[in-house]
Amino acid sequence: MDIILGLVGKDYVMTVADRAQARSIVVFKHDEDKIFELDGHMVMATAGPQGDRANFAEYIQRNIQLYKYRNDLPLTTKGAANFTRNELATFLRKSPYQVNLLMAGYDEKVGPSLYYMDYLGSMHKMGFAAHGYGSYFTLSTMDRYYKEGMDLEQGKELMMKCIKMLQQRFLINCPKFICKIVTKDGITTSEL
Amino acid sequence: MSYDRAITVFSPDGHLFQVEYAMEAVKNGTTAVGIKGQKTVVLGVEKKSAAKLQDQRTVRKIMKLDGHICLAFAGLVADARVLVNKARLECQSYRLTMEDSPTVEYISRYIAQVQQRFTQRGGRRPFGISNLIAGFDADGTPNLYQTDPTGSHTSWKALAIGRNAKSVREFLEENYEESNTAEEKGDEDAPIKLAAKALLEVVESGAKNIEIAYLKPGSGLKMVPADKVAAICKEIEAEKEKDKARGKKKKST
Repeated sequence: MDIILGLVGKDYVMTVADRAQARSIVVFKHDEDKIFELDGHMVMATAGPQGDRANFAEYIQRNIQLYKYRNDLPLTTKGAANFTRNELATFLRKSPYQVNLLMAGYDEKVGPSLYYMDYLGSMHKMGFAAHGYGSYFTLSTMDRYYKEGMDLEQGKELMMKCIKMLQQRFLINCPKFICKIVTKDGITTSEL
Repeated sequence: MSYDRAITVFSPDGHLFQVEYAMEAVKNGTTAVGIKGQKTVVLGVEKKSAAKLQDQRTVRKIMKLDGHICLAFAGLVADARVLVNKARLECQSYRLTMEDSPTVEYISRYIAQVQQRFTQRGGRRPFGISNLIAGFDADGTPNLYQTDPTGSHTSWKALAIGRNAKSVREFLEENYEESNTAEEKGDEDAPIKLAAKALLEVVESGAKNIEIAYLKPGSGLKMVPADKVAAICKEIEAEKEKDKARGKKKKST
């Protein structure tokens, strides 16, 4: 039921998530933040049951910090994504985490990048991505209008198109979305 | 019968010899000094003279444990690496379970507990290091703790460990109050200057063999750049010369 979307632009990567936290037919809150900040330049949007989401995301957060202190060097987005995928795969056959992820980060050498991961441990580096029911409605829009190297305005425009599509066609009403944009200057949060 | 073979054996007069020998290993290590100011906590270490072919950047004696806590040690370098790894893991573990940053006292207690465990169980030898753990708690209180191979941890206003620790500690006892008042009056660098002065008492060849780092509330560990250290040391030398000259004048008149 969670909607998470991601998009890579010229010098930024944008992640968007809906803000509702629900179970069965009850909505607990309308201001949940599903995008965890792993480091100064890395975020992870999570989808799934709240327990697994929080538990797994916090675990990854702390391990990334530990790596930074042990090695005096922060992890690259690629490194963090591969580490996370490994954890998902290891736990899959022990006690699986039912979390779908979009990991987004900005590295000095590589620029912005977006990694799509699902709860079975698959990982793909992508230009734009979405998880869950949201993907049925937004992937076609992004397919049509996405271009590599879009600037921030164009990226926001495309994201708004996707959100309007969801609000028009998706059964579950999602009035509020949180948007986190990662650039070389860090993470900026806004509401859409 | 020798009672210094196994660690877990007391001698008849109540000594744990292995632990005492570990303290000797600490006394052989390069000097480290810690100073708790009001708005700054400073750690200073003596760097052994650089071997010409060695890459100096790989010699690290002041380590970050977490964003707000750092550690300097005296003694066996490899032992320190093991302890620091454990402490770093514990910092993140605490953050994961408590959703809060650990206090300096908590981490010092943890490190001390690890050191004590190795004096009692498992037939392993103690860690040959004493640590100075410095940092600011989330509420802004400065902290400086010491742990030693016996496994005790205590809080200090200023302390020196390692080679020549005794003479440096005496120097600190005489000069700490003055530095504290200077800091109250607005000299923010007073604790850094005190650390440099204390180290210069015992370090041969001065500024290039000293490394100083400091923490302020809310910000992480910062190293004092080498040129500033050199400048501070020059200032201190100049003051010493002035005092000497004044002393001579007094004697002659």
